[in-house]
Amino acid sequence: MTEHTFSRRRSLSLKAQEARLAYMLVTPTVLIVLLIVIFPMVWNVILSLQPIRLSNLPTINLLDFSNISLRNYERAITARGGYFWTVVRVTFEYTIGSTVLALLMGLWAALIVRDTFPGRNIVRGFLLFPYIAPVVSVAFIWKLMLDKNIGVITLLATKVGIPPISYLTTRAYPIHLFGLELNFPLALFTVIMFEAWRYFPFAFLFFLARLQAVPDDLYEAAAVDGASPLQRFWYITLPQLYAVAGTLFLLRFIWTFNKFDDIFLLNGGAAGTEVLAIQIYNWLFARRNVGVSSAVAVIMALILGVVVFIYLRWVAREEE
Amino acid sequence: MWSRERIEWRLWHVFRVLSIIFFLLITAFPFYWMLNLSFRPFGDVLLNPLRWTPRLEDIRMALAPIGCIWQNAPQCEAAVRNSSYVAVLVEYGFLTYIRNSAIISLLTVTLTLLFAIPGAYAVTRLDFRGRDMMSWGILLIYMFPAIVLGIPLFVFFVKIQNALGIRMRGNLYAVTVIYLASTLPVALYMLRSYFPTIPRDLEEAALIDGCNRLEVIWRITIPLAVPAIATVALYTFMIAWNEFLYALLFLVENQRAWTLPLGLQQLDSQEVPRTFLMAGSVIITIPIIVIFFFFERFLTRGLTAGAVKG
Repeated sequence: MTEHTFSRRRSLSLKAQEARLAYMLVTPTVLIVLLIVIFPMVWNVILSLQPIRLSNLPTINLLDFSNISLRNYERAITARGGYFWTVVRVTFEYTIGSTVLALLMGLWAALIVRDTFPGRNIVRGFLLFPYIAPVVSVAFIWKLMLDKNIGVITLLATKVGIPPISYLTTRAYPIHLFGLELNFPLALFTVIMFEAWRYFPFAFLFFLARLQAVPDDLYEAAAVDGASPLQRFWYITLPQLYAVAGTLFLLRFIWTFNKFDDIFLLNGGAAGTEVLAIQIYNWLFARRNVGVSSAVAVIMALILGVVVFIYLRWVAREEE
Repeated sequence: MWSRERIEWRLWHVFRVLSIIFFLLITAFPFYWMLNLSFRPFGDVLLNPLRWTPRLEDIRMALAPIGCIWQNAPQCEAAVRNSSYVAVLVEYGFLTYIRNSAIISLLTVTLTLLFAIPGAYAVTRLDFRGRDMMSWGILLIYMFPAIVLGIPLFVFFVKIQNALGIRMRGNLYAVTVIYLASTLPVALYMLRSYFPTIPRDLEEAALIDGCNRLEVIWRITIPLAVPAIATVALYTFMIAWNEFLYALLFLVENQRAWTLPLGLQQLDSQEVPRTFLMAGSVIITIPIIVIFFFFERFLTRGLTAGAVKG
């Protein structure tokens, strides 16, 4: 009996020792995360309730809570005749468009690289370039390739009869279709295509990894049963990819929704490409209003949270 | 016999070859064009925008100053003046930006590994209260918008600078700490998925032999995790090297502290010939491409293992 309690106490103290060591190991990480992520995250909400402008920032007392109000939110939503809602719409169009296109391109690339061919590794390496290269340089090279006067793509397009247009700064390009005149959001479309180009490698790698894990006998069995290659793709390959496509969609959706760099560098959010991240930046530096800027940031984080929540619930239900 | 099987295979084969050509074109051509334009004098680009390769004399002119590093010939002065690369490196301060980018990237790698290795180890191997919360926390932070953190951090920087008189905005080292916000979650996430693959038996054997946990981590876990740690280090380096938003928010005030991406973005104005802009782009991109080709195997595996943000 004494031995029993002794060993229990000893194991408890071992456990306690282990926990103590664990705390010691995680403390630096936790502290830095508290300092540069959690604390700012919370403080951002407070800032969004205070009337702070960039000019009075140095003198204002951040701990003065007498002026707390929702006025910044009101201003964010009603400014410029409700322009905010346009920005929200553009953000969704941009995010969903880029995400879907990047996934489709990634799937396409994964399918053609799945089976071996001479030079396959080199091709695979090249396919990752857009994703790993610095965003600043790829944004500038595309900007230059799409330049109205000297862009190589613009000039090649004129050879097939497309007049030279400024792809990144044309808000609406009239298209005549069946006698109807449609205004095509060209700049937004171009930015979405850029995103698809830049982020398809990410989807490509995931799809490729998944494709290579599909057992061969599945295909052999289907071939014996007389399924044609297209049928095999449709009934065997695609269903295997649903799960990974779901994860990819979620990840890319979240990251594209928050994206600032790409549009900022391509055209600064001009011509109907202003997304929420750009608007936050513009409130902060162009209109020098810290309070409204953080209000928009809070709204953006909330929208994202709600969308992700709905998506996860929906996925969970699908799986049931 | 034209069976359905054979027709479909034929079509697929043709489609596949065309697709490979298409993908190679869209991924490699922009980089080729960047290189091409970085060599060609801007006047010539304006006149012949569709010249597919730089002329021999253009390349010679851009690279001539290399010969002048070791010798000081009289023609060197002109050579230096005419080279797009030298203009960017010297006149536009890219040498300083390279130094800054190297400092900030290497520092970020060191700090990230220093924090993430013990943290990830504790989360995977040790039992403590709050472990699950930490696992979830990592994931949550991973998803959190960088721009949303940017505003309060910006405000703090201004306030600290005013209150304590320490230069915060435009301070390379202060910004390094903020870079951790985007690298730490990646590192923790990747290591957390790698550590469980190291056999527990090895660690337990060492514990029985009288090592304490810290010794086990140092002597067993870290040596066995070298491939994963190398991958994390490479990614962290690339994230820091490519980082633009935080550099724009926190470094723009002080030109001496600009990193390469910020320096290049600031170069984008009407007065600067595009040739210089492209030379700058090449300078930023080359280290990344070189790293990528040397460590491709590590990197492709790591990308899917840790789902590196971008």
